Amino acid sequence: MTDITIQIENISKLYHIGQAQRRHDSLREALAATLSAPLQRLSRTGRENGIHSDDSFWALKDISFDVHQGEVVGIIGKNGAGKSTLLKILSRITEPTIGRARILGRVGSLLEVGTGFHPELTGRENIYLNGAILGMRRAEIDRKFDEIVTFAEINRFLDTPVKRYSSGMYVRLAFAVAAHLDPEILLVDEVLAVGDAEFQKKCLGKIGDVASKGRTVLYVSHNMSSIQSLCNRIILLSGGMKIFDGPTAAGLDKYLSIVEQISKQQIGSREDRLRGEQFRFLSVEFLDPHTLSPYSNLITGQSVLIRVGYENTGGEVIKGTDIGIGFRTLVGTYLFACRSAAVGATIDIPPGKGSTECLLPKLPLKEGTYTLSLAARKGNEGLDQLRDATSVQVVGGDYYGWGILPGSGEQGVLVEYAWKSDH
Amino acid sequence: MNSAADKILEEKKHLPEVDLAETAFPSEGNNGVPVTLIEPGRGWAALQLSALWQYRELLYFLVWRDLKVRYKQTVLGVIWIVLQPVVGMIVFSFLFGGLLKVPSEGVPYPIFAYAALLPWNYFAGALTRSSNSLVGSAHLISKVYFPRLIIPLSAVFSGLADFGIAFLVLIGLMIYYRITPSLAIVFLPLLILLAMGTALGFGLWLGSLNVRFRDINYIVPFMVQIWMYLTPVIYGSSLIPAQYRFLLGLNPMTGVVEGFRWALLSQAAPPSTVFGPIFAISIMMVIIILITGLFFFRRTERTFADIV
Repeated sequence: MTDITIQIENISKLYHIGQAQRRHDSLREALAATLSAPLQRLSRTGRENGIHSDDSFWALKDISFDVHQGEVVGIIGKNGAGKSTLLKILSRITEPTIGRARILGRVGSLLEVGTGFHPELTGRENIYLNGAILGMRRAEIDRKFDEIVTFAEINRFLDTPVKRYSSGMYVRLAFAVAAHLDPEILLVDEVLAVGDAEFQKKCLGKIGDVASKGRTVLYVSHNMSSIQSLCNRIILLSGGMKIFDGPTAAGLDKYLSIVEQISKQQIGSREDRLRGEQFRFLSVEFLDPHTLSPYSNLITGQSVLIRVGYENTGGEVIKGTDIGIGFRTLVGTYLFACRSAAVGATIDIPPGKGSTECLLPKLPLKEGTYTLSLAARKGNEGLDQLRDATSVQVVGGDYYGWGILPGSGEQGVLVEYAWKSDH
Repeated sequence: MNSAADKILEEKKHLPEVDLAETAFPSEGNNGVPVTLIEPGRGWAALQLSALWQYRELLYFLVWRDLKVRYKQTVLGVIWIVLQPVVGMIVFSFLFGGLLKVPSEGVPYPIFAYAALLPWNYFAGALTRSSNSLVGSAHLISKVYFPRLIIPLSAVFSGLADFGIAFLVLIGLMIYYRITPSLAIVFLPLLILLAMGTALGFGLWLGSLNVRFRDINYIVPFMVQIWMYLTPVIYGSSLIPAQYRFLLGLNPMTGVVEGFRWALLSQAAPPSTVFGPIFAISIMMVIIILITGLFFFRRTERTFADIV
């Protein structure tokens, strides 16, 4: 009993859509609402406390579990499953609506890399500021300062304002500070989605270190391979509920089956998307570029036309849209993306339904199952984004045209190359 | 449901009881690990000023950041801090001292105005900054836990640096006009505290409301402007008929501003028999605003992260 470090009992969190959507009410609306409130209350008396009214939703429903000291728990689930809300509650950023949790030990939470960094301040200054924000004492930062600088590899730029840092340096520094927080319980939310591969590896190593010292880690990520290598237990959330809690391998299988299931759903009606208010993806089809008939299976090396259907639900033409298709392996390793703007195609989208096409003259995916993500943006503004919009099965094919099938061991991509021999 | 609650209660018997405030930093002397209890808050929460003390270093760093950032990119830096009250003094001296002949109770009008503009400018800046502070720190609030009170507090503290620099100008003026302060100058820290308390008290109210109603952003500058004319900054409270003068005390800044003149320029303030009641009412007002502000803030802060 004594080694339970986190005890979560029936935690639920209710969000009012009004809070989320109309981010800030105006005073006028509030006054109007107050005046009309008695009427609304009258019409609502039939319902239970008004808590189940239409404009609210449960981001988390009745979550209970215990975490023992030294466990590394991966929390996975689709967008909107409640992973981040759970971490926010455990880090005391927001309160649960119902339920309670008890945590033994100093909590370090890393929900974002570089929270509180100020662009005008130098690297040195930001180490102190960020450290203090994360809950470190000045003496502690003094003590760990050199270690942080070495880890971040920014020695030469210590006295340069971070606004002049490359994004890689920025992330390295930010993670370095957080990594040296040295708490008994570490809550990490998808912070490794940024930074280059080598640094990601270093960060994962650091989290692994923390875990091996008998610290408890709760780790949220979309990257299943990092979950696989770090965690010994998985909690799978879906629609705010815990649907699996157990060993990593079984949890991943369960998650992957859900991903496959979800990706068979109608894209237009999926709710696990980001934004999607005025513009929504509706469909993805894989077509033969010559006959325009749909493929059922794809073959490595064949030419494929990907048709992406969408709807502009606003009343106006959305000009200069950049549409992207991202390819990942089933466990979530990012492979490559085809963005329309990167090849000079920005698309004007009139109100109503429509579609756009992307041609892959030679499908570079090896045998296996892959997922496609869709994203649409206009300038810096995201319009719609859907992870794992669909999954597709690829059958191995003769990519290089030499009558030899490339090895099918690991999933991934093939590239064009030539081989020269001097004999 | 019941068994779960029982289990927790059962557990509670074995665990060391540690105040919530202890959780942020483990306190070494407290035989054991810090315990965090996360529950839905209901109604009015305790102020938990001890949690604030635990985070005093964060307060220091936020103030330090404010100051660093504010003066890092300005060419004139310190000159801006001095320019604002000095230009105000010149304009007011010309308009009110020169043209309208507002009585300045025995001291030259420029220093009469400056001694009041000094605390007033501090107050106006601190109030504006603290009212906007929570919204301005939305990214922090939604990503990290710390006592939210640190944010408006740092806004109130960071204004003190400007105040200190502008104060040097006042000393220069006093030397120039050969004014020696009376012993009452020992009350100056108390008056500054009063101005800070007023700014914080109102800042807590307005800052919390601002998270929900962004209208506050527009209301504050407007309010500050009107408030200045209701405060004896460019005139003395002796202009007001004696029997109504206590009403001025309802505005705590009256106490601060007149107190400054009294402490620094001695002869400038009305006799203490008249001034005393104003001052007492001002202090009462500050205490009321500050305490209600603190509780209102604590009550609303738990939803900040969800709305901001």
